[in-house]
Amino acid sequence: MLRLYLRSLFAPPVSEPPPEPDPRALDELARALAQRARHRLGRSLAIRQVDAGSCNGCELEIHALDSAVYALERHGIRFVASPKHADVLLVTGPVTRNMAFALQRAFDCTPPPRWVVAAGDCACGCGVFAPSYALAGEDGAVERVIPVDLHIRGCPPTPLDLLRGLLALLEAADGRIAPAAGVPPRTG
Amino acid sequence: MDPLLSRLAGLSPEPDHRPWPRYRVDVGLWLRLREDLAAGRLDLLAEFAEPEEVHAVLFRPSPPGLAVASLPCPDGRFPALAALHLPAVRFERAIRDLVGLEPEGLPDRRPWLDHGRWPLTRPLASAPGPAADAADYPFLPVEGEGLHQIPVGPIHAGIIEPGHFRFTAAGETVVRLEERLGWVHKGIEARLRGTGIDDAARIVARVSGDSTVAWSWAFARAVEAACGVEPPPRAEWLRALLLELERLANHIGDIGAICNDAAFRLIHAHCGILRERVRRATAELTGHRFAMDRVVPGGVRIDPDAAALARLRRLADELGPAFEEIVAAYDDTPSLLDRTAGTGRLDPALARRFAAGGHVGRASGRAFDSRAQLAPSPYDALGFSPALREAGDVDARVWVRIDEVRESLRLIAAILDGLPGGPVRVEVPRRAGCGLGIAESFRGEVLVWLRLDAEGRVVRCHPRDPSWLQWPLLEAAIEGNIVADFPLCNKSFNCSYSGHDL
Repeated sequence: MLRLYLRSLFAPPVSEPPPEPDPRALDELARALAQRARHRLGRSLAIRQVDAGSCNGCELEIHALDSAVYALERHGIRFVASPKHADVLLVTGPVTRNMAFALQRAFDCTPPPRWVVAAGDCACGCGVFAPSYALAGEDGAVERVIPVDLHIRGCPPTPLDLLRGLLALLEAADGRIAPAAGVPPRTG
Repeated sequence: MDPLLSRLAGLSPEPDHRPWPRYRVDVGLWLRLREDLAAGRLDLLAEFAEPEEVHAVLFRPSPPGLAVASLPCPDGRFPALAALHLPAVRFERAIRDLVGLEPEGLPDRRPWLDHGRWPLTRPLASAPGPAADAADYPFLPVEGEGLHQIPVGPIHAGIIEPGHFRFTAAGETVVRLEERLGWVHKGIEARLRGTGIDDAARIVARVSGDSTVAWSWAFARAVEAACGVEPPPRAEWLRALLLELERLANHIGDIGAICNDAAFRLIHAHCGILRERVRRATAELTGHRFAMDRVVPGGVRIDPDAAALARLRRLADELGPAFEEIVAAYDDTPSLLDRTAGTGRLDPALARRFAAGGHVGRASGRAFDSRAQLAPSPYDALGFSPALREAGDVDARVWVRIDEVRESLRLIAAILDGLPGGPVRVEVPRRAGCGLGIAESFRGEVLVWLRLDAEGRVVRCHPRDPSWLQWPLLEAAIEGNIVADFPLCNKSFNCSYSGHDL
């Protein structure tokens, strides 16, 4: 066991260099963020993850983000336990009808300024489970229940996809990008 | 004594059901099978229904035997197996909710998956009913001096799936846990009806995304059985390779997460690094970090070259020593063992009664692993030996995972050393038939029952996650433990919400 302790203390970090923020996500966010909101956050984002119906695939990749390899916290991004402490709701779906009210309540508990990220194809309304009687609005897109500021596609999105999207959110919140006009939202 | 065969011996099996027989039974025989279940002579692996018929998948532990018993229900009712065999309670509550058949004598008639929020009722019935009002869900009454209740969920504090837990505690001690599930019900079974095999494969692959290879393999086996084709040997070996990589990633992740729930972050951090290496190796081999949609009916969609296999072989060699350091850290830390040893003990008798699969059953002495008993190809050629522990506590479930990681590493090396050549996929003909497919996910055996029409479209597909039979046991295992140990117990079970809620 001593070896593991010593290695943990003295080995160089395993965390890898972060990716560039996703430019498409930056475009989408530039429209979503008001100037006023940007200065509130500084370089810190608190995320409350909500599984609103996922197959658990997206959750595994979100967990990977928290590992030493991706080391999300070095960017000032951390997961919090309560929506009341959160700036961002990171929602995976498809949003089921059974979970829609809980998602709405989590959103209502999140103090503004707040952002909603729909993570994964299902949350973006184009997953394999749609259409179904059991999904909010039949397709389970997060927009059917609460407004969405950023879409991260993938089945599941890789940790790098997620990190690119979240870094874009951080940059946008930091006021480092100007609002762009006329970029259609990236959905479907 | 051979109750399964002796009960069903006089009958001739339905001609279109493979590889295990399906018998159409009358009410008298159904009731006698129910007695066999209640007496522990048979295990109930699954129970589900079509609009006209209820099916029970029955397993005889020794010698291993499996059969499906189907009871026609012309007047929409059937005698509840749960009247004598409690593991059937949730299956039959779900049958009421989804198909609308009435299990007579069901001891718990509250809805289960239907929370009253759908635009219809009985979605799998021939004629679904109108929407119902969302009624308050009556939790079981609890009486006693000084008891208090703690409701948790459906949204939990961590990054996990949603479910509701209602704890009743006396001081710090849990006297009852009642689960309420169904939150992530996506309507998978209704969605599957009428889909072609390719679309159905993609949906079943996501019943529980963490065990996607196992689900894809079970579905592929069901299709191959129904259509009467055999996958090529190279495909079977590659499937086993992907399944063992999936088991490695999940078990290593779980070991770390269990230690994390006992506030020991170092092991969690190292397990996170190892798991990421497995995910990346999987991505390198298959182009997807979970190998989603790579196992398909007829074979696999990958055919790695010698260089890719050699890289994976080197990784398998490196992972072993790194993992043993983690095991040593676990085993040498008394403050950690103090949290896991003796905590959340599951009585072996209950594990047997509920036919609990995976680490839940194998940590409580139930020597069942479908890789050994029901779906041995290609494991019989690899000299597979299942893990088994008796203590039934969190520590035993950690050790089953440790044993299985070691065995998976050995299996991966053996597969890579002996991988046969040849094609990786055969054509699957379109034809009508019924098939049952089983594969051993990291969580336990996943089971897919499938009925195809002559165009190769799904008439009915029922994916049964092992969690159906494990969730009720968590309620038993937590009794008498302190509330603060629940995350530890829950993580050591690691049941699927999505796979259960469907």
